[in-house]
Amino acid sequence: MSDITANTVDALNADPSARYYVREHHPQNGTLLGFWIYLMSDCLIFACLFAAYAVLGRNYAGGPSGAELFDLPLVAMNTALLLLSSITYGFAMLESVRKRLRPTMAWLAITGLLGAGFLALELYEFSHLIHQGAGPQRSAFLTSFFALVGTHGLHVAFGIVWLITLMFQLKRHGLIPENNRRLMCLSMFWHFLDVIWIGVFTFVYLMGVLP
Amino acid sequence: MSEHHMTTAHADDHGHHDHHEHDDHANHGSLKSYTIGFILSVILTAIPFWMVMGNVFESSSTTAMVILGFAAVQIVVHMIYFLHMNTKAEGGWSMLALIFTIVIVVITLAGSLWVMYHLNHNMMPGMMHDGTHSTHKMP
Repeated sequence: MSDITANTVDALNADPSARYYVREHHPQNGTLLGFWIYLMSDCLIFACLFAAYAVLGRNYAGGPSGAELFDLPLVAMNTALLLLSSITYGFAMLESVRKRLRPTMAWLAITGLLGAGFLALELYEFSHLIHQGAGPQRSAFLTSFFALVGTHGLHVAFGIVWLITLMFQLKRHGLIPENNRRLMCLSMFWHFLDVIWIGVFTFVYLMGVLP
Repeated sequence: MSEHHMTTAHADDHGHHDHHEHDDHANHGSLKSYTIGFILSVILTAIPFWMVMGNVFESSSTTAMVILGFAAVQIVVHMIYFLHMNTKAEGGWSMLALIFTIVIVVITLAGSLWVMYHLNHNMMPGMMHDGTHSTHKMP
């Protein structure tokens, strides 16, 4: 606190150019705020998909319903994988704050594997549904289901690509400020996907199997 | 002369950055906050799954309401413990963006459901004489 006051007094007394640094620390936060606003806009995409599912989710067109299709133990497994990957990412962040590269990398790798496991289970579920003849073209319910869950899965896939890229960056440059910033952004992205998944498993799967 | 001042300012600036970054990391949670968040999430996830898979409630609308409530609480838990949301982050701008988004999301979801429900309702055969709903449909 006193530090800030001292700086302000200095800034007022010193040459005008010295005042720049008072304003300069905005761009540092700018990335994180900008990324947060991107996430909020992503939230709007998901809101539209949720709204479509809410409207169309019971239009089976004589086809199978959610109660017949959804395999809740599989969904529970998926949820567990994503939740675990959220906390392992948290551990990676904690290690990165302590400037320990190796544990950071290890936790990131575990996060990536959990994310890949989630994606594998989801792809298995999708292929299973399509084999049963319950593909996205079967009914309005299945169209909106595949659009919503598929978009989330696509986000996870891109998150994993980003994670792998970031691991190479970390390996090459270490825990430099740029990489810390990237870690922060991916952290927000990853936890955000988990938040969306809460909506998906509650609204689509759990409410879908209710009679 | 002025160039010299610029470089000094720049160096100061960097010092400040590093310092600021530390502050940033400080509010990025601790082992304790992540653990609390994780345990709460596990509980808040397990209960809805148990309710649905074990057919705890007779009526499905009760179950739906309860699990939606659990989802809302879990989203708040994630926001606080994993995304480290608070009113002070980024000088309040991230909270403002979040509130704005929530407003839009609520309008999108509630609006779509409301309009489509009334549309379905009014398109049903035998509902043509129902004057009260027709007025709702045409503002």
